[in-house]
Amino acid sequence: MTQSDIKRLSLILLFMPFALWILLLIVLPHIGMGVLALREKVAPRVYEFGFGNFIEFLHEPIYWNTLLRTGSMSLLVTALALLAGFPIAYYIAKVAGWRTRGALFLLCLVPLWVSDLIRAFGWILLLRETGVISSALQAIGLLNGPVELLYNDVTVVIGLVYTVILFMIVPLVSTLDGMDDAMIEAGYNLGGNGWTVLRRIIVPYAMPGIVSGCIIVFMLTAGSYLTPILLGGKNSSWFTETIYEQFITRYNWESGAAFGFLLLAFTSLVVWLGLKLSRQTLAGTIARS
Amino acid sequence: MGNTGNNWAFLLGYRAYVLAFFIFLAAPLVSAGTFAFNDSLFPALPWQGFTLDWFFNDTEPKLGMFHDRRLLRGLYYSFIIASAVAVLSVFAGTCNAFLFVRREFPAKNFFYIVMIVPLVIPGVILGISILVLASSVANGLEDRYDMDLEFLRPGILLVVLGQFSFITTITSLVIIARLKKFDAAMEEAALNLGASRARVLMTITLPFLRPAMIAGGIVAFLVSFENFNTTLFLVGSEAPLTITMFDRMAKVGSTPVLNAVSFFLMVGSGLLALLSIVVQRDKSAG
Repeated sequence: MTQSDIKRLSLILLFMPFALWILLLIVLPHIGMGVLALREKVAPRVYEFGFGNFIEFLHEPIYWNTLLRTGSMSLLVTALALLAGFPIAYYIAKVAGWRTRGALFLLCLVPLWVSDLIRAFGWILLLRETGVISSALQAIGLLNGPVELLYNDVTVVIGLVYTVILFMIVPLVSTLDGMDDAMIEAGYNLGGNGWTVLRRIIVPYAMPGIVSGCIIVFMLTAGSYLTPILLGGKNSSWFTETIYEQFITRYNWESGAAFGFLLLAFTSLVVWLGLKLSRQTLAGTIARS
Repeated sequence: MGNTGNNWAFLLGYRAYVLAFFIFLAAPLVSAGTFAFNDSLFPALPWQGFTLDWFFNDTEPKLGMFHDRRLLRGLYYSFIIASAVAVLSVFAGTCNAFLFVRREFPAKNFFYIVMIVPLVIPGVILGISILVLASSVANGLEDRYDMDLEFLRPGILLVVLGQFSFITTITSLVIIARLKKFDAAMEEAALNLGASRARVLMTITLPFLRPAMIAGGIVAFLVSFENFNTTLFLVGSEAPLTITMFDRMAKVGSTPVLNAVSFFLMVGSGLLALLSIVVQRDKSAG
């Protein structure tokens, strides 16, 4: 064997784990899901190839309303997470002293390591009718009776922002960290006020971080299951819940697969649009964080 | 930024906002953890006094977590699954790192993007797609050859594979970042001194990568441990801890034993996360 043969052989060996992973766990399962989604049940154990599952989706307003609702609420959560998270990231990266900076960043990461489940559980204990906030407000006399703060959309949105905001802050901090303070000073020296400097210098510089944060946050929100169910109750109409219902409760895998496909197509479309509009690439944003 | 008075007020408001944000961040964690020590049957106010019963008591109705069979079994399955995922994904991540940092091959950029994609697929979709594929293979084999392949049915193996499918992207990115910093001159020096390629790999390159491999493994372990969305669809009778806890939260009125588990998990993952940071800090020194 010559040297180049050995090289080629080792390249193939090195490529194997990657190829197996992507092919067996990503590509084939998604093809399988697509095929299943295109299978129509015409009679028990009799199937036909067609778009019936998707047509059923269009004919049932409750389904596409749920998808639209999930999508628009996810966009809202993403925007809120960006608005709330950007000042925090800027504070950590630029305002805080060198020592507090590390500590604050670490504090930001701590909830990241705690399961969504525990965080949602914590919110339930705080917000429910017999929860901490309700009882505390009664104790100091602001309320006469218990108040239920769970099971409404505002709570779901706040809970989702809470769950995902760290994925916004972390990429923002890492991009802002690389920014030279001199750029900001130069902006002021050239006569810009705080708003202009933010808009013309800081935000453009932080764009890769903003885009990657938004993508991750949007995907996590649209695909989340625990937070909408636990904080919004059984009627929170989140699309993942509809998928779960089709798969597990109704055992209707064909339409479950079609719904899964729609969710994937919808989120991919939003991400693609986001990348196009901001002129970023997937490799340049996600891989950095 | 305007006059000093304005500036001062702005900074004060800014600080107050940051403080409020961190209180917001901590509030549910504190409430989930604190009620583990409340001597009451419900995780709610009023405070009835301090107790460790929800950890160690061995009789109903105050069954502590270390005597609760189902919770312990969930913890055990979570541990097995997370360990398997950590080992597998660090192995695959290391291979990917060598592949993408050291080798040139056609369509490399395309494959690099393909490697990142699993991270942006919703976990629910990964779960159902793997469930669909495994079940149709199992059904096909059963119908045609009358083979019953139990491991393709929902269970631990599918959970491990489902989590592995996106966690590998995380470990790959961590290890790639480290391998990119490696100075190839070190390898060349060793080769010039007569070391074989295998020896160089074992004594120079892999030790250099070790902090990233350990940190990646810890991250993989933690992400696997707390994963819910992908697991939900692939789980069989061996339910890991998150699934067990969710069932209890959703169905039965919860007792503070769930707070005890939450506290235990928070402390455990906090310590592991700290460990991964310490390991990575080594990197600047080494």
